[in-house]
Amino acid sequence: MKILTCISHVPDTNAKIPFKDGQPDLNGISFVIAPYDDFALARAVELRDQTKGKLTVLNVGLADTEPTIRKALAIGADDAIRVNAHPHDAFYVASQIAAIAKQENYDLILMGRESSDFNGGQVHGMVAEMLGLPCVVPCMKLDLNGNVAVMQREIEGGKEIVEVALPFVAGCQEPIAEWKIPNMRGIMSAKTKPLKVVEPVAVENYTRIIKYEMPPQRSSVKMIDKDNIGELVRLLREEAKVL
Amino acid sequence: MEMVERKEALKGGEFLIRESEAHDVFIPEDFTEEQRMMAQACTDFLRTEVFPNVDKMEDVESGFMIELMNKAGELGLLGISVPEEYGGLGMSFNTSMLVADVLGTGGSFSTAFGAHTGIGTLPILYYGNEEQKRKYLPKLATGEWKASYCLTEPDAGSDANSGKTKARLSEDGKHYIINGQKMWITNAGFADLFIVFAKIDDDKNLTAFIVEKSYGGITMNDEEKKLGIKGSSTRQVFFNDCHVPVENMLSTRGNGFKIAVNILNIGRIKLAAAVIGACKDVITMATNYANERKQFGKPISSFGAIKHKIGEMSALTYATESAAYRAGQCIEDKINSLIAEGMDEAQAKLKGVEQFAIECAIMKVHGSEVLDYVVDESLQTYGGMGFSEEAPMARAYRDARITRIYEGTNEINRMLLVGMILKRAMAGELDVLGPAMAVAKELTSVPTFSAIDASVLFAEEKEAIKGLKKAVLMVAGKAAQTFGPALEEQQEIMMHVADMIIETYVAESALLRTEKLIGIRGEAACQQYINMARLYLNRAADKVAYHGKEAINSFATGDEQKVMLMGLKRFTKMNPINATAIRRELADFVIEQNKYPF
Repeated sequence: MKILTCISHVPDTNAKIPFKDGQPDLNGISFVIAPYDDFALARAVELRDQTKGKLTVLNVGLADTEPTIRKALAIGADDAIRVNAHPHDAFYVASQIAAIAKQENYDLILMGRESSDFNGGQVHGMVAEMLGLPCVVPCMKLDLNGNVAVMQREIEGGKEIVEVALPFVAGCQEPIAEWKIPNMRGIMSAKTKPLKVVEPVAVENYTRIIKYEMPPQRSSVKMIDKDNIGELVRLLREEAKVL
Repeated sequence: MEMVERKEALKGGEFLIRESEAHDVFIPEDFTEEQRMMAQACTDFLRTEVFPNVDKMEDVESGFMIELMNKAGELGLLGISVPEEYGGLGMSFNTSMLVADVLGTGGSFSTAFGAHTGIGTLPILYYGNEEQKRKYLPKLATGEWKASYCLTEPDAGSDANSGKTKARLSEDGKHYIINGQKMWITNAGFADLFIVFAKIDDDKNLTAFIVEKSYGGITMNDEEKKLGIKGSSTRQVFFNDCHVPVENMLSTRGNGFKIAVNILNIGRIKLAAAVIGACKDVITMATNYANERKQFGKPISSFGAIKHKIGEMSALTYATESAAYRAGQCIEDKINSLIAEGMDEAQAKLKGVEQFAIECAIMKVHGSEVLDYVVDESLQTYGGMGFSEEAPMARAYRDARITRIYEGTNEINRMLLVGMILKRAMAGELDVLGPAMAVAKELTSVPTFSAIDASVLFAEEKEAIKGLKKAVLMVAGKAAQTFGPALEEQQEIMMHVADMIIETYVAESALLRTEKLIGIRGEAACQQYINMARLYLNRAADKVAYHGKEAINSFATGDEQKVMLMGLKRFTKMNPINATAIRRELADFVIEQNKYPF
């Protein structure tokens, strides 16, 4: 069983990201494996152990993402690939993943349902399309039965149980598995596991970010005395402009 | 690469008479990616296993601590210091400090962890024979077995060697039969193995034994009702004709007190590491609360009174951290150099720590008192809510209090550290005599006002540190001269001198760390670090002046007293700084980050 898990390198979800000159200022921000990807990785480690297969972790990113990749190795991936490029957008990232997957014939390609930085939630679908594979999102439970996977999706008002033959792509979320904390031995062995750096394939960039805007600051609540209905009506009309 | 010449390494206590270079000092910012990943794994462990289950953990009868220890074992956290050949990870000394630091946030868990991996495991690692190590260490490193350490008795606390627990050889010569009572035994409730100190027959000195619970003859009282760390198991343990195989004697007959002392040295510096994590966590909670809590229409973090607390707590924590890891690395370097000279690893570790026993005691006292200050001021920041068990401050406040008591009370440690310096001076191991005489001479000579080159980074602060050292040498030197060996009976003076030494070491460490950081990141990126180093030094100079005055006035009279007080004033003189403005600027940064950010 050859499993590929794709991970994004994202700011810690607790981090408060300041903007400087209209751009996010990531100086001093700590980075983590995107939480949904982390769930996918946890399940991938379990499936690898169960099938005695091989688990490769992939990230599209520049050299600064390597500590995050090594964390995935510490958690249990056998080896890693870093596509040496800035992850411009979902299409760009999906194209890089697909280019590698075409050469490697993975049985399973798992990733999070979306990253926690730009939250596009498109990469899994695009990868599946490019590879001509089925895609299940959001995959909340995944069990293997020979060459068939049984998965559970949450749908409006209930659950959907899906059966898919390998190979396929899945965008995962909890409770597919519990996050794994790397153990000390895993951390020590991470530095000796192979981390291959490959150059990206040429892909046209179809999108560009024009600007970022902060949501408008919510104004504070104004308390109006219950005997002063006239003032309330005036404020609703003139300030809130809802009347 | 620029070649940095490393001078001969500093010996224990030598900081009093020698300057350190910033590039020779280890700073927490030097930790590698791998060490940081380990620290992060510890944080993740606390976040997923400990913090959501604090109430369960605090109920010592729930048995949840055993579950936590097992999980910690699965992650490899219990085998950090155990060599790989005995099933551990064989990590470096400062890595084990870092792990203790992060796990220090875990309250009761931190105590259970510390007792198992420290005083429970290390006696076997350092003093066990090969067979004992092979038999017990793998079980302890994985957490399959939990360990505890039985030294204290109802009538033998600080005076540990006065214990009454007895061991006698059985008639067939195969067992030692232990009888006695031990008290305040951490992890007792679930331990599978006890390191027990007892006197064989009428010996003067203690002998240590490895006692398995399965040997029988061990009974316990109920769990103690404690002020804090309520989740950690603490019981009285009774040995009633407990038969211990003779091969389970640890080291040699009568060597137990030495084992106890040396193991405690390690426990002391690890405790200093553990308080760092706790301080940072508590400061973060207090800052969060101060940012959220509004009074008079504003977050209370916007008030100077609260900024003072946040600034001061941050500077103290920064300084403690700087000193703890500086000392930790000195120990690690010494261990490595002893191993390179061909010494056996376990022996090297012991000797390395013993060499820096003074610094271990300094850090234990300082770290625990900084934590107590931090929990007190953080609770105060929470106001009424701080007094409620609904908020986390009440527990933090209670949990912190034990740190001034265990691993040797702070009073014992203060006297120990001064005593060790005097002893090493007498033995010619530490040349304080020459420098002390030079200071005495300086006292009676005309002061020279050497111009300080203001263009050199921290030139003034470095002069100030030199002055503090002179103050220590003057007071300690004169006290030793006045009382001779009887100085040990002048406990108040010993304590004042200890405080002078502690403040000097910590202030110097904070300054060295900041200087090294500036070298790496540039001055502009280090403004808050500079603020913290300056704040700490300013405070240290005042403290040295106060304790120096107290000490001098308690034994010197007449002209001698006058000359010494003048000298003290000269040696602790600092150009005034606007500490309020600096503290505000620092606090504003912490408040903006909404956490302890250093």
